[in-house]
Amino acid sequence: MLLRTKLFGSTYQFGSIKEVMAKANEEKSGDRLAGIAANSVAERMAARYVLAEVTLETLRNNPAVPYEEDEVTRVIQDSVNETIYNEIKHWTVGQFREWLLDDNTTGDMIKRISNGLTAEMVAAVTKLMSNMDLMVAARKIRITAHCNNTIGLEGTLASRNQPNHPTDSPEGIRATIYEGLSFGSGDSVIGINPVDDSLASVMRLLDMTYDIIQKWEIPTQNCVLAHVTTQMEAMRRGAPVGLVFQSLAGSQKANEAFGVSVAMMDEAYDMAKKYCWTAGPNYMYFETGQGTALSADAHYNTDQLTMEARIYGMAKRYKPFQVNTVVGFIGPEYLYDAVQITRAGLEDHFMGKLTGIPMGCDACYTNHAKATQNDIENLAVLLTAAGCNYFMGVPMGDDVMLSYQCTSYHDTAALRQLLGLRPSPEFEKWMESLGLMENGKLTDKAGDASFFLQRK
Amino acid sequence: MEQGKMDIEAIVQAVLNELSKKNSGQAATPQVTTQTNGDLVIDLPDPTLPEYRRAPGVKNPYDPEGLRNLMATTTARIGVGRAGPRPRTSTLLLFQSDHGVTQDAIYGEVDQAVLDKFDLFTVQTQVQDRNQYLTRPDLGRRLSEEAKRTIAERCVKKPQVQIVVGDGLSAAAINNNLPIIYPIIVQGLKSANISLGTPFFIKFARVGVINDVNDIIGADVVVILIGERPGLGIADALSAYMGWRPTAGKTDAERDVVCMITVHGGTNPLEGGAYVVEMIKKTLQYQASGVELKLKTSGQG
Repeated sequence: MLLRTKLFGSTYQFGSIKEVMAKANEEKSGDRLAGIAANSVAERMAARYVLAEVTLETLRNNPAVPYEEDEVTRVIQDSVNETIYNEIKHWTVGQFREWLLDDNTTGDMIKRISNGLTAEMVAAVTKLMSNMDLMVAARKIRITAHCNNTIGLEGTLASRNQPNHPTDSPEGIRATIYEGLSFGSGDSVIGINPVDDSLASVMRLLDMTYDIIQKWEIPTQNCVLAHVTTQMEAMRRGAPVGLVFQSLAGSQKANEAFGVSVAMMDEAYDMAKKYCWTAGPNYMYFETGQGTALSADAHYNTDQLTMEARIYGMAKRYKPFQVNTVVGFIGPEYLYDAVQITRAGLEDHFMGKLTGIPMGCDACYTNHAKATQNDIENLAVLLTAAGCNYFMGVPMGDDVMLSYQCTSYHDTAALRQLLGLRPSPEFEKWMESLGLMENGKLTDKAGDASFFLQRK
Repeated sequence: MEQGKMDIEAIVQAVLNELSKKNSGQAATPQVTTQTNGDLVIDLPDPTLPEYRRAPGVKNPYDPEGLRNLMATTTARIGVGRAGPRPRTSTLLLFQSDHGVTQDAIYGEVDQAVLDKFDLFTVQTQVQDRNQYLTRPDLGRRLSEEAKRTIAERCVKKPQVQIVVGDGLSAAAINNNLPIIYPIIVQGLKSANISLGTPFFIKFARVGVINDVNDIIGADVVVILIGERPGLGIADALSAYMGWRPTAGKTDAERDVVCMITVHGGTNPLEGGAYVVEMIKKTLQYQASGVELKLKTSGQG
């Protein structure tokens, strides 16, 4: 294999497709930490020129981790529609980019092609796209899903009500849920990250959130984001589980670090279909994020963008209701600053949509990253313009349990107003029936948690 | 040994009593802005005080008393109201202030006077600057060659306990807490006749650097007092990590930690110092730390 180009009179040669892929990436501190990033901007551009000529077939034949060694690779390769793949395998990555952006290429056409792709193809074309390319292409692809309500419809933007509490206090969580609902947050899910992963505590929070949903007849679903095995046990014991959650990573070894496998997720998915109290047919919720494979030393010298695309390939197997990257959570050693976090957020959303999953984003940052709340507001606007399905809703963006900052309840309302979007239709009707929303706008009653003290 | 423990407990109790008196004596100062003789006078109280921080912001709430009760159940920023779809001015400024102090803490410098007070000399890890510190945790776990030489020259070898101080992710954690916690730890260990090594400060340190330190020192226990990643509004939390005979390859699983040491809503540094002393004694007694210590103390080791 010869992979070489000249650029400004200098010659750049690459030893493998893996090396081309890594060096073609936008600058990410995590790729530098892994020692696989381009050594100069010119070398990065040389890698992109070479990558633009690589065919999709070559990418299929060079997965990040060999088929024999890795079940994530097997899941993705085995799910490829061979007929569609054969139509496109001769495309170069450069041609693929132009096809995605072409005015004659519709979202439905992209969704069909999606079934002939592997994660490495999805990642490769992402590397050749500018930020606005990523937005324009993603905007075409509407991926909807249904559980108790519908997410991802044209003209809508949903919000996960994330009412975390430093000690899992049911009263504190309930109060925060009320605050979020009063701003119109909660159509994606009422989803709690628990401090205490124990079965009793998880079941208590499932019961509590289910009671609120029943009492107020809210068209939504609940979820407690404990380890999947805890949620499975809760289902066995009859707890009201709305969505089944798990964090996933891009290789078998990295998933082992999370304590999960394909077989375990298969079982969880089967149980969700059997035991979830919600309507379905989409029951699963996954979170992801660039850098997780490297942090588990399970990245196989592959760049973090490609490892991220592989998670989406795995997630698709479970027909999820929602998937989101937690894009700035991992820290500056993987995504250094607002530029890198913004880029990764746009990349992940696009890659999820191209893979065919209902993608949202936890646009966020930690205090040791070079970013501020303004940067996260910017990213949220860009992603909303790109058709992102949902964001997190947290009181003033300050998560008092996870100690990071993300989008707020106010942001949910502001993004809808700014870009002319509505909540999920079932949820909007519910808001209207309570008098909290009128013609897509919050009423004077909205933004007041004590509104929900009316029903005892 | 018992006598030393009693002393620490007495000191801690006395100081805690003092602190609680101060807090209960704080009165709200509602006066915000006045004009006299055409002169503009803006003389504001501290908006980060609890009475302002926790003030409800909803205009015409359905149930004002109920709203207060809801707000009392969580530290989350609820009940803040809105200006259209955006936060109210005071809510926004408070959030930005809380984030601002975290940035000042991360990019701040440890005060040399604080280090001088305890005769701490300074060495550096392999990290060159703050940006590299943030992106290369691996280098923050390794001492520079110069640091190794300096430590080898200046430090007592094979003490029972070696104390080191690291800046970590918050200079404010060191500046605010070290003057309180450090004497408590030293006094507590000395009164128990535990021998101490030569203390020093490590710039650009991660916790794992104690492995490198102890490959030179050979102490039974190494303690590092290090600044934590700042949380919103709590920018000066200190952690004390300690391990039994740290050496290359040892991880957090083989360490114990007392975390969130701060007067701003965490473990008071006086109390924290006492915990650290107790933890060190236990480590010496069981000759183990981390998961192994837990197993041994629960009788499963």
